[in-house]
Amino acid sequence: MPVQDLAILVIDENRIRASIIEDGLREAGHARVTVVNEINEVARVIERDMPDVVVIDLENPNRDRLEHFFTLSRALKKPIAMFVDRSDASAIEAAVEAGVSAYVVDGLKKERVKPILDMAVSRFNAFARLTRELEQARSELEDRKVIDQAKAILLRTRGLSEADAYKLLRKTAMNQNRRIVDIAQSLVTADSLLGPEE
Amino acid sequence: MSLIALSAGFLPLLDSVLLVLAREKGFAAAEGLDLHLVKETSWANIRDRAALGHFDFAQMLAPMPIAATLGLNPLSVPMITPMMLGLGNNGVTVSAALWARLADAGAPATLAAGPVGAALKQVVASSEQKLRFGVVHQTSSHNYELRYWLMASGIVPERDIEIVVLPPPLLPEALGSGGIDGYCVGEPWNTVGVKNAGAHIATVKAAIWRSSPDKVIGMRAHWAEANSEIVAGLIRAVHHAAVWCGESTNHQEIAAIMAAPHYLGLPAEQILPALNGQLDIGGGVAASVPEHFVPYAGAANFPWTSHAAWFYSQMVRWGEVEHTADRARAAAMTFRPDVYRSALTPLGVPMPLADSKVEGLLAAPTEVPSTSGTLVIGPDGFFDGVQFDPDEVEAYIAAQRAA
Repeated sequence: MPVQDLAILVIDENRIRASIIEDGLREAGHARVTVVNEINEVARVIERDMPDVVVIDLENPNRDRLEHFFTLSRALKKPIAMFVDRSDASAIEAAVEAGVSAYVVDGLKKERVKPILDMAVSRFNAFARLTRELEQARSELEDRKVIDQAKAILLRTRGLSEADAYKLLRKTAMNQNRRIVDIAQSLVTADSLLGPEE
Repeated sequence: MSLIALSAGFLPLLDSVLLVLAREKGFAAAEGLDLHLVKETSWANIRDRAALGHFDFAQMLAPMPIAATLGLNPLSVPMITPMMLGLGNNGVTVSAALWARLADAGAPATLAAGPVGAALKQVVASSEQKLRFGVVHQTSSHNYELRYWLMASGIVPERDIEIVVLPPPLLPEALGSGGIDGYCVGEPWNTVGVKNAGAHIATVKAAIWRSSPDKVIGMRAHWAEANSEIVAGLIRAVHHAAVWCGESTNHQEIAAIMAAPHYLGLPAEQILPALNGQLDIGGGVAASVPEHFVPYAGAANFPWTSHAAWFYSQMVRWGEVEHTADRARAAAMTFRPDVYRSALTPLGVPMPLADSKVEGLLAAPTEVPSTSGTLVIGPDGFFDGVQFDPDEVEAYIAAQRAA
C-alpha cells in the first residue's frame, strides 16, 4: 500500500496543536488520520482503527498508560516499537527535543514512516514557537500596562510630564540594575499601600 | 571550585526525597556536584531521556534498569543501579465502597496482607463485574507486588480482575470518580487518596514484602564506567541525604521542602505521614508502620543482586521475557553492590559483605557480616512465607508457573 494509506493516530490533549498536526498530515496526503484529545477514548480507537503509527506529545502524563494499551491490544499484531529506527539517533534526538514521541507497528519500513515523524517534529516546533511568541506578546502588553500605571502615579504625585516620568523610571532602573517594569511594579505596589484609602 | 553539572529526572513521589535533599541540603555540592532535578510526567519519559543521555541518571522504578539491560524496551541501552532510594513506600489503596465490602468479608483494618487478601478473594468471587486496579507502570515493583499479593491470596490477575496503568498523581482522582476500585502506588498518593477520595489503605508494601526496594538510581552502564568518580560522589551525596532523612527530627523540615510546587506540590501534612509511618488509613483509623518508608536503616540503599533477581523472576512470571540462564545473570548484575561499596568505603560506613541474600530467611532484625562496624538488617521476605533463593531462580519460576 502507498505511504498515504497508513492509519495514523494523533494523541494530544492540546486541541490546537493536535489540529495543526492533523492538517499537516492531510496536506501530505494522509487520509486515515484520527485525533484523540481524551485519553479514555484511546483503547477503543486503537481497537477500531488499528493504527500503523501513533503520535503522542511527551508532556502527556498518559504515555505509560498508552504503552500498556499497546501490550494488551489484540488489534495490533505486535507490540509497537518506539520511533522509526533506533539507529537513527539524530531523528530520535530531534523528536524528543521537540517534545513528541511516535510509536510504529513493528516491521514498517523506515522510509515510509520517517516523513510522518519529521512532519510531526516540525509542526511541534512551529507550535512551540507560536506559543512562545504569544506568551512574549502577552507579557510585553502586561509590562506596558504596569509602566503606564507607574507613569500616571508620577504624573499625579510629582507633577512630571509623561516623558520625564519615563526617564525617571529608566534612570532608576539603570542605577539599580533592574528592569524598568520591576521598578514600575514596585512603585505601583508602594502607591497602593501608601495611597489614600479608597 | 566549579561544580560538575549533573542532570536527573524524577517523578513527584516521596522517594525522590533523597535526590531532593542531596540538592537542597548541600550534600551534592559538598561532593562537587551541581544537581539539576527535572520533574517528569511519565516513566516512559524518564526511560527514554535517560537512554538518550538527556539525563545523566534518574529516579527509576526498580525493575526499569533491568528491563533496559535485557533490551525489553525499544530504546534499550544497558543500565546499572548503583544505589537504592530506600525501602518500602508503597501501599494498596481501595475505594470506600470496596473497603466496605472487604470489611464485611472480614478484612481487618490493620494493613495485614494475608487476611485482607483472603477477604478480597471472597469479594472478587462474589462480584458480578471485574474489579479494576491501577498501577503506575507494567515494569514496576507495584505491578509485581500487587500481582504477587493477589496470586498468593488465590486471585488470578488476568482472569479475576483487571489491571490498568495510570500516572501516580491521577490515581486518587480515578478512584474517587469510580474509574478504578483500587490502586498500588508510592506515597504520598495513598495518603492523598484517603484525604481527598475517602479511600482506605488496605495493605502496604512493608506487609507484602518486608524490607523491599521500590525506586532506584538508574544510569547508562557506559556513562557510569566513563564517569566513575562522579558516580562515587553522587552515591556519597545521596548516602548523606539518606542518613539525614532517616532522622525523625528532620521530618517536619523534609515535608516542607517536598511540599514545594516544583517537587510534590502538595500540603506538607499530606507528606509527613508517609515519612514518619504514622498513617491515617481511612475511616479515622490510625496505623503505625515504622517500616513504611525506610530511607537508610538496615542497608536500605544497598543494591542487593537478589532483589534484581526477584524482579527478573516476576518479569518471566508475567510473560514479559523468556527465561534463560544468561538473562537471569544479566538481570542480577544490573544491580551493582561493588560500585556502591567502593564509593562508601572511604566513609567507613557499615555495608553488607554479601552481594545477595535469600529473601525470607531473616525473621527478625539480624546482625550480618559487614565491611566495618555493626550492621543489622531485616526482617525480610514475603507475607506468604515462601522464600526466594537467588541461586534457585529456575526452580522458583517453575513453582510459580505450576501454582
